[in-house]
This record gives sequence, structure tokens and C-alpha cells, in this order.
Amino acid sequence: MAIELIEGSLAIAHGAALCRPGVISAYPITPQTHIVEDLAKMVADGQLKTEFVNTESEFGAASVVLGALAGGSRAYTATTSQGLALMLEVLYNCAGMRLPLVMCCANRSLSAPLSIWSDQQDAMLMRDSGFIMGFAEDAQEALDLHIMGYKIAEDERVQLPYMVNVDGFLITHTFEPVNIPDQKLVDEYLGSYKPFQVLDPANPITMGCFTEPAYHMDVRYQMHKANLESTKVIEEVAASFEKKFGRPSGGLIRNYKLDDADTVVVAMGSITGLVEEAVDTLRGKGQKVGLLKIKTLRPFPTDKVREALSGKKHVVVMDRAMSAGYGEILGSEIKAALYGTPNPPAIDSFIYGLGGRDIHEDEIIGMINRPNPGTHRSEWVGLRPDLLEE
Amino acid sequence: MEDLKQKLMKKHLLAPGHTACAGCGEALGMRLIVDAIGPNCIIANATGCSEIFTSKYPQSAWEVPWVHSLFENSSAIASGVEVALKARGKTGIKVVAMGGDGATADIGIGCISGMWERGHNILYVCLDNEAYMNTGIQRSSQTPFNASTTTSPSGSESMGNQTLKKDMIAIANAHRVKYVATVSLANPKDLERKVKKAVETVGPSYIHFQAPCPLGWGFDSDKAVEIAKLAINTGLFPVIEYEDGQLVKVQKIAKKVPVEDYLKTQSRFRHLLKSDAGKKVIAQIQTIADANIEKFGLV
Repeated sequence: MAIELIEGSLAIAHGAALCRPGVISAYPITPQTHIVEDLAKMVADGQLKTEFVNTESEFGAASVVLGALAGGSRAYTATTSQGLALMLEVLYNCAGMRLPLVMCCANRSLSAPLSIWSDQQDAMLMRDSGFIMGFAEDAQEALDLHIMGYKIAEDERVQLPYMVNVDGFLITHTFEPVNIPDQKLVDEYLGSYKPFQVLDPANPITMGCFTEPAYHMDVRYQMHKANLESTKVIEEVAASFEKKFGRPSGGLIRNYKLDDADTVVVAMGSITGLVEEAVDTLRGKGQKVGLLKIKTLRPFPTDKVREALSGKKHVVVMDRAMSAGYGEILGSEIKAALYGTPNPPAIDSFIYGLGGRDIHEDEIIGMINRPNPGTHRSEWVGLRPDLLEE
Repeated sequence: MEDLKQKLMKKHLLAPGHTACAGCGEALGMRLIVDAIGPNCIIANATGCSEIFTSKYPQSAWEVPWVHSLFENSSAIASGVEVALKARGKTGIKVVAMGGDGATADIGIGCISGMWERGHNILYVCLDNEAYMNTGIQRSSQTPFNASTTTSPSGSESMGNQTLKKDMIAIANAHRVKYVATVSLANPKDLERKVKKAVETVGPSYIHFQAPCPLGWGFDSDKAVEIAKLAINTGLFPVIEYEDGQLVKVQKIAKKVPVEDYLKTQSRFRHLLKSDAGKKVIAQIQTIADANIEKFGLV
């Protein structure tokens, strides 16, 4: 085990490489590029033995890894934004075919207007796909979620692809001290890939059948159920990971100073570090504030969210994406989770940081201390009035 | 006799009981092709007629391992399977990708270009029935000049599809595909030989099969082989073979047939026979056939 000061992308590349995927296929797109460059260099230097396939598009890369899984190999890809959008048809197909891909997404905004900077709009394309969706808060967790991702995806009770979401640039291009686990430990933890379905002339199977109405709905239900029930596996894996590697990481949710809090901020991804600072600042002034970090968006940890927010007075949800024509996304899911619970908190939701727009601690404190809690729905924070004046 | 009986009793790798139309040229061709490939293969199939009539859950007509993902990615799926076999140290299994003309020449051409450029050891088979038959006979880039389809219908202002067939053979050769050949129902022995050669090729190989479609082309269900023969003998479907970009063999035309004899067998061309303008188009189609004959030395 070694702690090194490395770029987030290299930590992610180490996370992927430690899982020994037999096939890696990708197409370059900012801010994912450093991840695949690092992996390509590991292959070129003989540090990583894998079939590395450069493709003509993200659509091709997603298809190659789907084929590799059907061919019995552990597989890995990474992308972002437009690349993710181009992969989308294949990714939904991958989940429906119950193939345990692990994919990293360096979260970035979606065009138009074109922006290479970070938000979580791209991830929302995947919300209904069947993928399990984890969100890392720093480079260490980004690495860890790769190992946990394979463990969860390949579990016989799950058999679904796993998406590691990391905020583009904010995590991928930032240098942090990262604990890189020993290969031996990861090998022991993960084992080799044992596919539940594989294309083999000795035992021919047909994969990817089409279904008529008599079958389709039931197959979709099974996928949905496996995704829902993977909450148990995700918790088990978080626990076994902590035991094996000696640090808490991943899981469904994580709390920060939540137990005695009256007001709770709910957030996802790298912003949680800054929210912790805001919580500490306000606690220094005597305000009982806490933080609920959503680590897994799918399956949505409804029970955990209810439990964590039960009895709270005020909840502030931060969305780094929006549903055009509606507004909040995470906000509406938190509200739905709390619907029907006794004495629910007042809930405010804010949309922040789209396309790399900076956000500062005082803005987070401003969200928490807005007058008239419970009346702020999908309020945009950090807009420039000078651009919006008529 | 014994030999024929054995042949008839042989278990095919594409089993009977699939749901293709009666007289489907594609189903017959695919059976011949898969039997020639042999059991030690893995097939990645594009969405389309061939996928739909062989893989309706919970049944499958496939006696070999077979995977379908999407319309436009059978070549990339096959690429993934091929590298997975490499990663697992599995040797001797031939990976095959298949798709119709739309999956090949239109929507899937990007993935095919990638597969060929990377040089995978994969046989790609195009099952060319010259339109989007599975969705109801819409034109593709392989639809013949002035054929009437549901999206290129003939009418008072149109003689049908206004474009020439995209030249997949030239596109394959431009990618340095090692073995490239066209095959026809009218010559099953040649088909078997070429498919076996493609399987033995280490590296990319491409087989382009003309698949007469009774429903889409408008002919009786017992006529697929006859029509395939006419396509060859008019020069409209040259049966040719390339190795490393060099033309090595062509099937000579024994007795050249005018294109009109081919066109009049199919309702997709029937409108051409009815007017002077149509006659002019037939003359243009004759020019296409004659150019093929000259280019490949078919006579």
C-alpha cells in the first residue's frame, strides 16, 4: 500500500487497472482523456496486461466492451458528456442484457452550448438505464468505487453494470494524496471474472433475443428488481471493502454531523467537501447543520434517506443538473422519498454549478439560511444578472 | 444417392422452425453460410430480418453461440468478443459479424470501418436484400437504381430510388480487408468455398451475399434462386473475389441476359415497363450492368 500525490485521473486508472479487466475500450473526450491515456501508458510499459482497443467512436467503444463481456472477459470503459450520450443506446442495452460492465464517467455538461466543464447533467441520462450509479467525492473514492463497482456488478444477485461518476476536472484533474491498494489485496478481494453467461462453441447460447409483449415486461421487471435489491449488496460491499482496505468508502449514503442536526444539506459528488466546510462554519456559530451525501443514486436509497432525514426540520437539496421544464432532479427524488412520512421537513432545492460555474462557501451558507424555509424550489444559484437583464 | 441423402439429413447450424417468410433468400443463404463456417464460431448479429426470424424469445434457431445487441454495432460487438477470446487465451474460434444491407452500408458503417481498420480476425457477412425489409421495404444505400420501395415509391414525379448502390466491395478493399468476395444463392458451391476461405483468412474478411426477398422485391416464393441467377447473368450482381485488394477470380456469364429479363420478374421494377420514361431508365440500368461486365471481365 502506498500513498502518492497523484492526479485524480491516474487514481482512476489505477482503480481500473487493479481490477485486471481483460478488455479496455475507449474513445478520447475531455475531461476523460487522462484516464485512458494513463491506462494506455500502463499497457505500453508492460504494467497492465489487457486488450486495449481504440475505437472510432464512443458508440464503438461501448459496443466493444459489451461484446467483450459477452465473450467472457471483464471489461472497462470511461467517457463523459457527449460521449456518454453517443454510448447511450449501447449502455441501456448492456443493462438489459445484464452484463457487469464498469464504466467511469468524468461528469460534464451536455451541449448546447458546448462546454467541457463539470456538472452532473450527463449522469442524469443514465438514471433510468438500469446501471448502478455511484458518485465519488474525491480521487480516493473514485479509485475505490472501481474496485467496489466490479464487486457489486459481478455479484450473482446483481449482474448489472456499474457507473462510477466523478466530477470532471474537479476530481479528474486535481492532485490529491491517494492510497493505491496492493494488487494482491485487490486480487484477493475481487477474484477473477466468472461470467454467468458466455458465448462458447462448446455450449452454444443465444444472447440478446427479442421479446414480444408476453415476455418483455417481466424481463424488465427482473432487471428493475435486481437493481432495487442491490442496495443490500452495495452495503455489504462497502463493509467488506472497509474491512479489507481499512477505510470507509462508497456505500449508499454517508452522513456528516447529521445526528443532532436540525438542518441537513443533501448533495452528491465533489461538492460535499465544500459543504462540510459550510457545515463547520455554521456549527461554529451555533447552528445545528449536517450533511447527507448521496453516494448511490441508483438504486435510490429511499429507506436510508428517510431514516437520515426523519425528524429533521429543514432539508436543503443541491442539484448540479436540472430537468429543463421542471427544475430540480435530486430535489424531486428526495421529496418523493419523504412523501407520506410523518412530520416531513421543509425542503428547499437549488440548482448550482452548471457548466463549471464556481460555487463558494458563502453561497452554500446562503442556501441554508434563506428566509422562509420550504418556499425555495429549484432556485438557481450563481446566475449572472448582468447577462440576464433584458 | 447416399451422398445426397446424407446432405439432406444433415443437421444445420441454423435450425428449421425459424419465422422467416416462405421462400426467403436470406434464410436459405444464411443457412448455407453458417454451415460453411462450421460449429466452432461465435456470431454477432445486427438487428434486422435475420435477427428477428431466428431469435424470438423463448426460442432460438441457433445451434452456434450467437449474440444480438443493436442495429449498428454487430461489428463492434464481434470486435469485443474477438479481443475477449484473446484476453482469455482462447484460440481457434472464428468470430463472425452479420448484418443486413442497412446495418452494413448505412447505419453500421462507422463501426465496420473501425473493425476493419483495427484488423480484427473477423468475418463480416452482409446479407443484402437491397432495402430495409424488416421495417417494411424502405430504401437503403443498397437499393438498386429506380427500384420502387415504400420510401422511394414510384409515382408521377418519380421512377423510384434515385441513387446507385454504395460500393461495399470498394469500401472493404480501401480498408485493406484481406479477403473480399460476393456470393449468390445461384452458386452454393462457390458460396461454400468462399466462406471457408474467409474463415481460414487470418484477419478481416468480407462476404457480400445477395439475398433475394420475395416480399420486398415482389416475386413468387419459389423463385429466389432463379432470380439470383438472373442477377448474375445480367451483370447486375457480379460474383467476384479479391485477395489483398487484388481481383483473383470472377464467375463468368455463360449467356448474357438483358436487364429487362431480370427487372420484369419483380414488382419493385414493374413501373419501369409501363412508360417511355421507364424504358429510358431500363436503358440506364443496362448501362450499369454493362459497366460491371466490362470492369470485371464477366463475359
